[in-house]
Amino acid sequence: MTPTTLPQIDLLRFSTAGSVDDGKSTLIGRLLYDSKAIFADQLEAVERASASRGDEEIDLALLTDGLRAEREQKITIDVAYRYFATPKRKFIIADTPGHIQYTRNMVTGASTAELAIILIDARKGVLTQSRRHGFLATLLRIPHLVVAVNKMDLVDYAQNVYTEIVRDYTAFTQKLNAQDVTFIPISALRGDNIVEKSGHMPWYDGPTLLHHLENVNVGASLNNIDFRYPVQYVLRPNQQFRGYAGQVASGRIAVGEAVVALPSGLQSRVKAIVTADGERDWANVGDSVVLTLTDEIDISRGDMLVRVNNLPEKSNRLDATLCWMSEEPLKRRGQYWVQHTTRLVSGFVAELNYRIDVDTMHREATDTLRLNEIGRVQLVTTQPLYYDRYALNRATGSFILIDPATNNTVAAGMIRGESQDVGRLLEGEVEATPVRPKSSNVIWEQHGITLAQREEKNGHKAAVLWFTGLSGSGKSTIARKLEQHLFAAGIHTMYLDGDNLRHGLNGDLGFSSADRQENIRRAAELAKLSFAHGNVTLACFISPFTADRRFARQLIPDGRFLEIYVKCDLEVVKRRDPKGLYAKALAGKIPDFTGISSPYEEPVNAELVVETDIYSVDDIIAQIMALLRQRGIVP
Amino acid sequence: MLSNHLRILESEAIYVLREVAAQFERPLLLFSGGKDSILLSHLARKAFYPAPIPFPFLHIDTGHNFPETLTFRDELIARLGVRLIVRYVQDSIDQGRVVEETGPYASRNALQTVTLLDALAELKADAAIGGARRDEEKARAKERFFSHRDEFGQWDPKNQRPELWNLYNGRKKANEHFRVFPISNWTELDVWQYIQAERIPLPSLYFSHEREVINRDGTWLAASEVVRPLPGETIRRKTVRFRTIGDMTCTGAVESVARTIEEIVNEVATARVTERGTRADDKRSEAAMEDRKKAGYF
Repeated sequence: MTPTTLPQIDLLRFSTAGSVDDGKSTLIGRLLYDSKAIFADQLEAVERASASRGDEEIDLALLTDGLRAEREQKITIDVAYRYFATPKRKFIIADTPGHIQYTRNMVTGASTAELAIILIDARKGVLTQSRRHGFLATLLRIPHLVVAVNKMDLVDYAQNVYTEIVRDYTAFTQKLNAQDVTFIPISALRGDNIVEKSGHMPWYDGPTLLHHLENVNVGASLNNIDFRYPVQYVLRPNQQFRGYAGQVASGRIAVGEAVVALPSGLQSRVKAIVTADGERDWANVGDSVVLTLTDEIDISRGDMLVRVNNLPEKSNRLDATLCWMSEEPLKRRGQYWVQHTTRLVSGFVAELNYRIDVDTMHREATDTLRLNEIGRVQLVTTQPLYYDRYALNRATGSFILIDPATNNTVAAGMIRGESQDVGRLLEGEVEATPVRPKSSNVIWEQHGITLAQREEKNGHKAAVLWFTGLSGSGKSTIARKLEQHLFAAGIHTMYLDGDNLRHGLNGDLGFSSADRQENIRRAAELAKLSFAHGNVTLACFISPFTADRRFARQLIPDGRFLEIYVKCDLEVVKRRDPKGLYAKALAGKIPDFTGISSPYEEPVNAELVVETDIYSVDDIIAQIMALLRQRGIVP
Repeated sequence: MLSNHLRILESEAIYVLREVAAQFERPLLLFSGGKDSILLSHLARKAFYPAPIPFPFLHIDTGHNFPETLTFRDELIARLGVRLIVRYVQDSIDQGRVVEETGPYASRNALQTVTLLDALAELKADAAIGGARRDEEKARAKERFFSHRDEFGQWDPKNQRPELWNLYNGRKKANEHFRVFPISNWTELDVWQYIQAERIPLPSLYFSHEREVINRDGTWLAASEVVRPLPGETIRRKTVRFRTIGDMTCTGAVESVARTIEEIVNEVATARVTERGTRADDKRSEAAMEDRKKAGYF
């Protein structure tokens, strides 16, 4: 193919992390060298430098270790960007140092990456640092991880060495719930499985590193759904033209669509999408354009245009994760500039919840954050921010803190949501008004045999255990195991979940909001019948809306409906993604997906909250059994 | 029609240019007449369309320009309708701010740093937009989009601000300034492919032509008033073109028959020497570029 006719060549930004001697620079040198991105004069310079240091072979690492200080110390000390291209893709590598004092650089490199390569030395196995790299990559929500098990040549290309590392690291990434992890055994020095398939490892049948880089899905970190347009700059070349220059941070917009300007709340429509190459009908995430509106409304830099029916969240109290990047530690209640999208507001850290040890992932109490430390904080800003959670939108969920005294960027921040405190949680809704008056009142003696008779014969009470929670939170896993447990104990049970209902009884329903409501209504009615037959009924439904759960509850007598909130952090379930649904939803292929493009209303009056990201299935089953005994359902 | 990767790079550059206009009070664009600064001017026009480019261009004139560069520069400036400011290295020499190098390798390339810093101070510029790219040279691989310079115009590679997501921090103290590099992520091939796709006019020097040249240490320098043959060197007539255009004393030509952008793109895609490989200034020592950057070079 001639380069003059390059078709739709894509761009993949990835980061590389490895410990000092893992051979990261050698790997990058190898990728550049084998993909012919190294020029003769660069090679010559490296040969000169290798020779002057007395090295016998050409040191490929010298291709990437740019600064003199690094060359002297033989370590990489700052993020360096490298470029290479194949006929399919152009690549931008953020080459980040791996040793502990430079966590800040790894976070910097990861912030724009869509894939991270984590290097593990086959001789050393999974080290603390390998875990830290994985943790940071998932914290920054890099969608794809590649674990390159390097120096396979030094372990005689032994398969068992590789599989052991895969097993160890998989156990770890499952805890992190990384979304997409690929393992590749390589030797950067010898070129095994980098560009060409290695003849030394016939037991490995996966892709080479370059093949994987060329084929992995790009754009997974973009939000294609929620239109957010932070205004960068206002263009007024003459009295007739007033245009808002900006880059579409997420989603898409078309001419004629209704928009609202934040913070003013004024509404208008998109009159034109102007570019130097002519007007366009629409603009997509990532496009730099100029929007004009049909109404003259006052908008300036830092304002945000969004769709009328898809608003970001608004708050001046934020729950956030901070990566501290300055020698100067965090000053609690000290003033900082908060740069969020194109907005700059003043703010302070009101509360420091904990620091995360990046090596053990343990949470520790702390009163400050120091260079390279990561912690969870409650941030208060003088004016509200219009944001989305970082998990849903990297562009509107990220911010930096700037020290007003030095003007340095001192922290990278990721918004987890609105600040929560106990007072707020107690204010949640408790009012129970049945939403569907058409539904029957509790009638559970429609058979000749009464429930009381059944219960007496069964030796246990009937109940409905309503498991609610995000897709992938573990509802079915827990309920199925619990059912086995109950069954073994001679308890009569019935198991209902979204899948077994939708395949039959509810096969006529789709996923529109009316159909979802109907799905839950039928499930609740079915649970009621099962209850009336004396069963301990296990009902597993995402059931994201308080109103629907309330409906199910009011079909069952007091004390017999136990709402169990299966709680798991959205970030974790997105990484687990057992059915691949989050990936599809994030790619915009599933509309109205709970947690992504449709809200999940957290229960405020659940009988039990079980946290699957913290406790094991067995622990949780013990918690539920304790509840059942306490309520007198089972002996 | 731009390919995906060029659209992404273009959008990123436009975003950065707009951030400069929004965050700084007195930015200017460093214009050398080379293809990267011509590309920058093209992107700046797009970034602010339909409004005019909201900052002036600054040209540091070493006095050793190719005549073609100056003609092209003046036409482009007239077409864009921007204000051009020119400051001369000769003036710095006359004022005794710098001492002209002597000898066969004399170049004014290093001297322009002083003229540039003086000009930025005189014009009270708080941001200077440049066309440097990270792929050009190892020291540049770690350069930021928004690169902070202290009050002496110096770069501290060990103490750079982290640059996260696309949040560029342009806050600074009085007397400090920023260098901003909107095309940081472009490679030489990207630049040429974009120039081709967008049909951006370039000075004739970039295209193959016949010229009198002198081979000095493996580099073909254009024979001129300022580059005369040393003993043992001869003037030869060759079919060449330039991959970069800078000071005549240190910009080497490559032998090439590429007469069109298409032919250049093909040539670049298969080239085995970097474009700076034709620049004598980088060969002085292995860390030459890093030393110049620390001092405030472009």
